[in-house]
Amino acid sequence: MMGPTPFAWSESETLGQHLDRRGVTRREFISWCTDLCVVLGVGSAFTPEMVRALQQVRRPSVVWLQLQECTGCVESVLRTSDPTIGDLLLDLVSMDYQHTLMAGAGDAVEAAKATAMEENFGQYLLIVTGSVPLEDDGIYLTIGGRTGLDVLGEAAEGAAAIIAVGACAHWGSVQAARPNPTGAVGIDRIIRDRPVVNIAGCPPIGDVITATVVHYLTFGAMPALDGQGRPLFAYGARIHDQCPRRANFDAGQYVQKFDDEGARKAWCLYEVGCKGPACFSPCPIFQWNSHTDWPIGAGHPCIGCTERNFWDTMTPFYERLPNVVGFGVERSADVIGAALALGAAAGVGAHAIATGIQRSRARDGDPGAVVLPVVSTPPEKNLESDREESDG
Amino acid sequence: MARVVVDPITRIEGHLRIEVQEEAGRISQAWASSTQFRGIEIIMEGRDPRDAWAFTQRICGVCTAVHAIASCRAVEDALGIRVPPAGGLIRNLVHAMQTVQDHVIHFYHLHALDWVDVVSALSADPEATASLARSLSPWPNNSATHFAEVQGRVRRFVESGQLGIFTNGYWGHPAYKLPPEANLMAVAHYLEALDWQRDVIRVHTIFGGKNPHPNFLVGGMASAINLDDTGTINAESLTKVQGMITRARRFVEEVYWPDLLAIASFYKEWASIGGGVENYMSVGDYPDSGQWRDADSMYFSRGVIFDRNLAEVLPYEQEEVREYITSSWYEYEGGDEVGLHPWEGETRPRYTGPEPPWTYLQDHEKYTWMKAPRYQGRPMEVGPLARMLVGYASGHTDIREVVDEALGRLQVGPEALFSTLGRTAARGAETVLLARRMEQWFASLVARIRSGDTTTFNGDRWEPSSWPDTAQGYGFLEAARGSLGHWVEIRDGRISRYQCVVPSTWNCSPRDASGAGGPYESALTDNHPLVDPARPLEILRTIHSFDPCMACGVHVLDATGAEVTSVRVGG
Repeated sequence: MMGPTPFAWSESETLGQHLDRRGVTRREFISWCTDLCVVLGVGSAFTPEMVRALQQVRRPSVVWLQLQECTGCVESVLRTSDPTIGDLLLDLVSMDYQHTLMAGAGDAVEAAKATAMEENFGQYLLIVTGSVPLEDDGIYLTIGGRTGLDVLGEAAEGAAAIIAVGACAHWGSVQAARPNPTGAVGIDRIIRDRPVVNIAGCPPIGDVITATVVHYLTFGAMPALDGQGRPLFAYGARIHDQCPRRANFDAGQYVQKFDDEGARKAWCLYEVGCKGPACFSPCPIFQWNSHTDWPIGAGHPCIGCTERNFWDTMTPFYERLPNVVGFGVERSADVIGAALALGAAAGVGAHAIATGIQRSRARDGDPGAVVLPVVSTPPEKNLESDREESDG
Repeated sequence: MARVVVDPITRIEGHLRIEVQEEAGRISQAWASSTQFRGIEIIMEGRDPRDAWAFTQRICGVCTAVHAIASCRAVEDALGIRVPPAGGLIRNLVHAMQTVQDHVIHFYHLHALDWVDVVSALSADPEATASLARSLSPWPNNSATHFAEVQGRVRRFVESGQLGIFTNGYWGHPAYKLPPEANLMAVAHYLEALDWQRDVIRVHTIFGGKNPHPNFLVGGMASAINLDDTGTINAESLTKVQGMITRARRFVEEVYWPDLLAIASFYKEWASIGGGVENYMSVGDYPDSGQWRDADSMYFSRGVIFDRNLAEVLPYEQEEVREYITSSWYEYEGGDEVGLHPWEGETRPRYTGPEPPWTYLQDHEKYTWMKAPRYQGRPMEVGPLARMLVGYASGHTDIREVVDEALGRLQVGPEALFSTLGRTAARGAETVLLARRMEQWFASLVARIRSGDTTTFNGDRWEPSSWPDTAQGYGFLEAARGSLGHWVEIRDGRISRYQCVVPSTWNCSPRDASGAGGPYESALTDNHPLVDPARPLEILRTIHSFDPCMACGVHVLDATGAEVTSVRVGG
C-alpha cells in the first residue's frame, strides 16, 4: 500500500538495506525484479541491473494531486495485484500528499504539501489524477480556495518528473466529452515545458501505474513513450493483436447478439462493437485485479478507454467499428489511432478490410462491408487537436 | 467567536470545504461547500441510451457500479425491458459486494483515523492486545505475535520521521480516547483490510471484467453462462465467487463488526452528537427475485421517516422531490426561491462567489456547486442510517436483530441512532446483513443454472428500431451512501434528457429558500464540540460519518430547456 504501510524507512537507508531489515529475502527480491523486467518489456536478462539499481535507490517524495476526477484511478492503485509486490512497490516512495488517505485535513495537509515541495524542490515526483477545467477562469474546481490550475502550476514547478494517471489527467475524459461544459483538459495542455507521462485508461490498471514509477526509480528516466505520452511497455500493442479471441475473429466466429450461441462460446465481440482493433492497451496481457479477468474475457466489448477522446470517437459503444484495417502488430499506436479516429469521424471507410471479415461476410451473403460512422457528430475541436498531434 | 475553514476535507471522495463558526468550544453555524463541477448530464444529451451506464458510471470511481446499474434500470424502465432473473441476481451480487467492500474501506481507511491514534499504538502491550482482540472475535490473526510485528513496523515508521500520509495528523488530540491496545488492534486490521478489499471485489472482475468501473449491459449482463466453456461463467468462476463471498462475510463478522462495536463503546458520548436533520429516506433495493420493479421482493425496504418518529413509516413518492438553488451557484428562470421537480429541472451554472483564492465563503449567500434537494419541502438524510431506520421502524426482522444487537452491546436505546455514532454503527449493521444475504443470492443463481436457466440478457428491445419514438423512465438504487435516482428521456433513439439525484446531494445540500441547512450542516451544529479550532478532529468525525462522495453529489440537469409534457409518475 502506498502510504499507510508503516514500514520504517530511515533516510540513510537504501532499498536493499531496507528490504533486508524487513525480512525480504534476496531470492524474493530478484524474483520480483525479474517479473518487473518482463512487465516493462526489457527482458529478464536485465534483472541484475534492475536489482543493483533498485537496491541503491533512496525513497523519493511523491506529491499526488487529485483534480477534476472520480477517484477511480486512486481506487485502481489500491487494487495493485500482488500484495507483496504492491507493498514493496508503494513502499518505495514517501507519499507526502494524497487526499484520499491522509490523516490530517485542511491547513494541516496543505502545510505538509508545502513542506514536501520545499524540501524536495526539483526532486519530487508529481502524480496527477483528474483534469483541469479552464472555462470561466477555472472556477469549476477549487482546492483550499485556489483553482486547480493554480494548484497544478505550483506543484509542477519543482517536480522532477510528472505522471498523469488516468484518462482525465491524460486528456480530460468524460467531462471533456462534447460539449465539454467546463473546458476540461489534460495536464499536458497546461504543462508545456517538459514531458508528461500519460498512464492511459479509465481507469488504468494499477500495476501499470506502479511499474512506471519503478521504471523511473530504476533507470533514472521515464520509459519510452508513444506520441500521446503513453509508455510503450504498456501501450505499445493493440488489444486486437493480443486478444485471446483473435483466432475467432480470423475464423469469422462472431458474437452477433449478447448471450447468443457465440457469446456462450466466448467468440469475438467485433460485431457487437468491440473497439479492441482501435485500442492500445495491456489489458489482455496484464489483466485486471490480480490477473482475475479483463473486459473482453468477461464477455463485454472493449470501449477503447485508453484512447484520447474515446467518449466521442468510440461511441456508440455497441456499433461495429466501420472497418478494421489489416495492420499488423508492427504498426505504432500513433499511426493506427489517428487513422481510425479520423476515418471513423469523417465516415471515411476506404481502408482495406481484414481478411477474416471478408470471409465471414462472403459466407453470410453480406454484399460487403457497411461503413458505419462511429461518431455521428464529430467533436471538431478535439479532432483538430488530435490532428495537430498526429501531424506534429 | 472563531471562523474555522477545513479545505480540503481529506479521506473522502472528491472536493469538500467546511466552514464553521466556533463559540466556547461548540459549533454554532456551519457551511458545506462542494468545490468541483463537471456537468456529466449535459454531456449525456444526444447519446445512445445503451451507452449511458458507462458515462454515468464515471460520475464516481469509489461508488463504482452503482450509477451504472441505476442507469441500466432507467433505460430498461423507459424501453420496457425486463432483465432475466439470472442477470438480476448477478447485479445483486455485484452491487452488494460493492457496498460491503466500500463500507469496510470507509471504516478502516477513511473513518478510523478519526477515532484511532496511530502513535498511541506504540505503547500497547501486544499480549494484552491479543487478549482484547480474542475476547471480541475468533479471527485467527488476533495473536500477540502478529500484533507485535505490526507494532514494530509502526515504531520504525514513526521513528524514521518520514510519515507520508500520516504527516500532520492530529495525534495526541484529547478527543482520542481508545486505550493503546485498541489502537494497535485497529491499526493491524487497517492493514489487513487493505489486502481483503482487493480480493473480494474481484466479483466485479468475474462478472464485469474489471474494477473499478466494471462493465454492464442494458437488458442484463454481458457475462454469458456456459458450464462447458473455458471463456464464460462456469464452475471455476462460480467457485471463485463463492470463495469471495465467504471471505467477505467472515471478515465483516469477525473483524469489522466487532472492531466497530468495541471502538464505539469508548465513544458513547458521540451517540448524542451530530444528529442533525430529523428526516430519513430510503428508495429500497436488492430484489431477492432479481427483478428491480418487483418492489415487494426488495431486501431493503422503501419509505420515509419524519421528525425521528419511528412509529410511522410513510410511503416514498418521487413526485415530492424538489431542488432549490438559493445557496447554489446556479440560476433558475423563475428566480432563486423556487423549487423544481427533476423533470422540470433547469441548469444554468452561474458562479457568483469571490475570486479565488478564497478566504471565506460564509459571507456569501451562494456558496456551493451542490443543489438542495428537499422532500415535501424538508431536508432528508439518506444512507445506511436512513435504510436501517426505515427497516427498523417497519419491523424488518433481520435489521431489528442486528441493530438491537448493537444497541444492546452499547447499552443505549434507539434514540442513540440519531447521531454521528449511530450513523457509523448503522453502516456496519447493514454490511453484516448484505454480507450474509449475498450467500442467498448466490444460491439462487446456482439453483437457476442447475435448472437450466442460464439466460443473462434480454435482447428483445436491443435494436433502436424496436423502440418507441419517445420514452421516459427512471431507475432507483440504494447506493452505499444512500438513495440514488436516474431519470432518462429518449427521443428518436437518442437521450434527450438525463438527470441524476444522488445521495451526497441530499446529505451535503446547502441552505434552501426557507434557510434550512442540509444534513451535514445540521449535524455539525447539533450539540457539536470543537475543542481546538486548529485541529478540527471533531468536524472530521461527523462529516466522515456520512461518507461524503462529492463527485456524485454535484450534478446538473438538462440544459436544453426541452419541455416535458407528460410525466410518468410512480415508484
